[in-house]
Amino acid sequence: MNGLFATARALRERGVLGLNARNGEFMLPWNPRRFYPLVDDKVLTKTLAREHGVSVPEVYAIIEIPRQIRELKAQVAKHEEFVVKPARGSGGEGIVVVTGRTQEGYRKIDGSSIDDHELAFHISNILAGIFSLGGTPDKALVEYRVNFDPVFDAVTYKGVPDVRVIVFLGVPVMAMVRLPTRKSGGRANLHQGALGTGVDMATGKTLTAVLGTRIVDVHPDTGVQVSGIQIPHWQTMLEIATRSYELTGLGYQGVDIVLDRKLGPMVLELNARPGLAIQMANRAGLRTRLEAVLRDRDGLKSAAERIAYARERFAAKPL
Amino acid sequence: MSKLHLYLLAGLLVLAGAAATAYKVFVLGFPLTPDQRSEIWRVEVQLNYDADGGPAKVLVNVPAETGAISVMDQGFAARGYGVTTERTALNRRAVLSIANAQGRQYLYYRVVVDLSKPEAGPPEPPPTSRAPRFRADELPVAQTLVDDARTKAADAQSLAAVLVDRLKLARPGDEASYLLGRDPMQSQARVPVVAADLLVLAGVPARVVNGILLKPERRNAHFVRWVEAYDGERWFPVYPTDALRDASRYLLPWWRGPALMAHVQGGSNLSTDVTVSRSLEFSTRVAVARQRALEHRLIEFSLFGLPLQSQLLFRTLLVVPLGAFVLVLLRNVVGFKTFGTFMPVLIALAFRQTGLVAGIVFFSIVLSFGLVVRFYLEHLKLLLVPRLAAVLIVVVMLIGALSIVSHRLGVDVGLSLGLFPIVILTMTIERMTVAWEERGPKDALQQAGGSLVVAGVCYVLIQHALVRHLLFVFPELLLIVLAATLLLGRYTGYRLVELRRFRVLAK
Repeated sequence: MNGLFATARALRERGVLGLNARNGEFMLPWNPRRFYPLVDDKVLTKTLAREHGVSVPEVYAIIEIPRQIRELKAQVAKHEEFVVKPARGSGGEGIVVVTGRTQEGYRKIDGSSIDDHELAFHISNILAGIFSLGGTPDKALVEYRVNFDPVFDAVTYKGVPDVRVIVFLGVPVMAMVRLPTRKSGGRANLHQGALGTGVDMATGKTLTAVLGTRIVDVHPDTGVQVSGIQIPHWQTMLEIATRSYELTGLGYQGVDIVLDRKLGPMVLELNARPGLAIQMANRAGLRTRLEAVLRDRDGLKSAAERIAYARERFAAKPL
Repeated sequence: MSKLHLYLLAGLLVLAGAAATAYKVFVLGFPLTPDQRSEIWRVEVQLNYDADGGPAKVLVNVPAETGAISVMDQGFAARGYGVTTERTALNRRAVLSIANAQGRQYLYYRVVVDLSKPEAGPPEPPPTSRAPRFRADELPVAQTLVDDARTKAADAQSLAAVLVDRLKLARPGDEASYLLGRDPMQSQARVPVVAADLLVLAGVPARVVNGILLKPERRNAHFVRWVEAYDGERWFPVYPTDALRDASRYLLPWWRGPALMAHVQGGSNLSTDVTVSRSLEFSTRVAVARQRALEHRLIEFSLFGLPLQSQLLFRTLLVVPLGAFVLVLLRNVVGFKTFGTFMPVLIALAFRQTGLVAGIVFFSIVLSFGLVVRFYLEHLKLLLVPRLAAVLIVVVMLIGALSIVSHRLGVDVGLSLGLFPIVILTMTIERMTVAWEERGPKDALQQAGGSLVVAGVCYVLIQHALVRHLLFVFPELLLIVLAATLLLGRYTGYRLVELRRFRVLAK
């Protein structure tokens, strides 16, 4: 019992944020419920992002009713590669990645091929809501396939690595690189077994990583060290992150950014309920940083000020 | 500001709840603990029938004071009816008559009996002799049974026992089953009737007794029958089953003879519904009586003023908020993961019908089979509502199959499992599949385990006699529960499991 209280006190001193505090003190007061659809529906998110000049993967087509499926072939004719995904999908369900053409139709990323009819059937399933949360009818999104920057190749086991930035009232407070592992099946969700690597807010260099509840320094599948990698375009990423606050009005959110080889950082998804494991990846508490923002936010008017503040205040301290 | 508001509100609620409770305890004298020694029972009978549309008369047998039973209070609630009581050869009977009855008629009879009276009642008059009710073709068979039993019996008591045993062990085709009739469902119920007639044929005065087994909080109680025989000095009971003999202390004799409890003239479709409860009102009757004497009518506006059926419902309903509070505690302070917000409380309510262990076992079995089916359905890519309906159908079939299997194995939970809420199971299966797909098996199993543990804790709490008593007698305690829940709504400290999750950060 004493041990428990000691742990609780130590966590409080390190400023670690718990679920109750995240929900009660940051999400409830700062994330008005009416803004949630903006992040839950990827079509809405993208439209907003384009309006605000935030880079997102280009949309080739949005399919809302089954009749539109017929037009798809013409719409993707000039794109060798594209991705089909449900607008309200979660956990990577229902995503088809096309990397080329074959005699029968399209080549998928795993090398198999899929013809027009099969693709149409998949899309009608998306519209029926099979992949959407709660099974409600959905829209299908056909968009640019991100060409991943090779920077994380050595520390990724298949799948899509991304950078998650927690933004509070427009100030980027903490970030991590989410690296898929064999266990996570190519997905970048930490609770599915992906590796989360902390990021020094000042420099954009990776720190040590968290796997489950353990702190590690190498990728479990590739054996390559994960710390000390410089994330390219770090300043741009911070700018994207801080602008996403103006985009949605959500005070507390997670911004998932991918790195394209040619086009640089792009927003893949916004999250109104970002998880707390990021604290372990960074070995730092969120609460301290969030409270600092609350204290100093009056002086932080412009995006540039907010970024400068984040880079200065939330620089990694040597442990 | 809003936090102060909350504290003030919670404080007021606690104050109000505590004050009302204290007033009831210290001034009105309501007991804080359920009085286990209370042997005062309250039985309510609801009689309904369809009137033919003219004068009608309902004849109802009512309990008479015999032996250790004393009737403390009784009465009819029957609007427009005139009530008289009369003595028949064996029973006390109430006659309710009305000049003009239209449509469905509802009559209520309420009796309060005290089983704790230690001294025997007044000596009963010696029996008047009667002829056995056997048909001419039955008489020789009956005579054979009696002669056979006489060779094995020494006195009236053992003769009665031998005869009852003989009837109970009747096999198709033998003498006993000839007297009991063909229908196997009916024959067990007829044992006391035939036994009484056989005893009369053997020269021992005997009669059938109809009564009720008094158990706390029974709805739709059935009348049971046994035999009374006279050994020359007094009447002694002979019970057709061991279960009845063991429970004989709680048997309330109601009327004697093979007739029905009530019959109606000038109407049809008479049905009766009997409810039994250990009377809290009378275990607290000092308090109630004092209040009445002071002409405080508060008691009439309390839960005690409700009809018995509603009182029983409220006894369960009032503990549900406590279950919800425990759920909040276990989820937000301890950090259990559960399916749905109130699913565990609903599961706990379902456990009331099966018991805890049997409930958990059956829940797990149905859940595992249901999950297998649900995973198969996943391949068929069904839409949400048809998918849920399909799972529901499978769940019903699973429950049916499990009931048959458990019955074959001689485990007697099968029947109560039939009432195990199927919708709860269906929704749990659906949610578990979604969790399994989206967050992985580990998470899904954690949530299932968490749900079961929380449900178990809630169950133990809402079944606790003291908790049920307190919340029923002092429903104002719910104000305190509400206050505590509101305060927990502002608890933003760590959950217990987070201490473990984030332990690397504490170093």
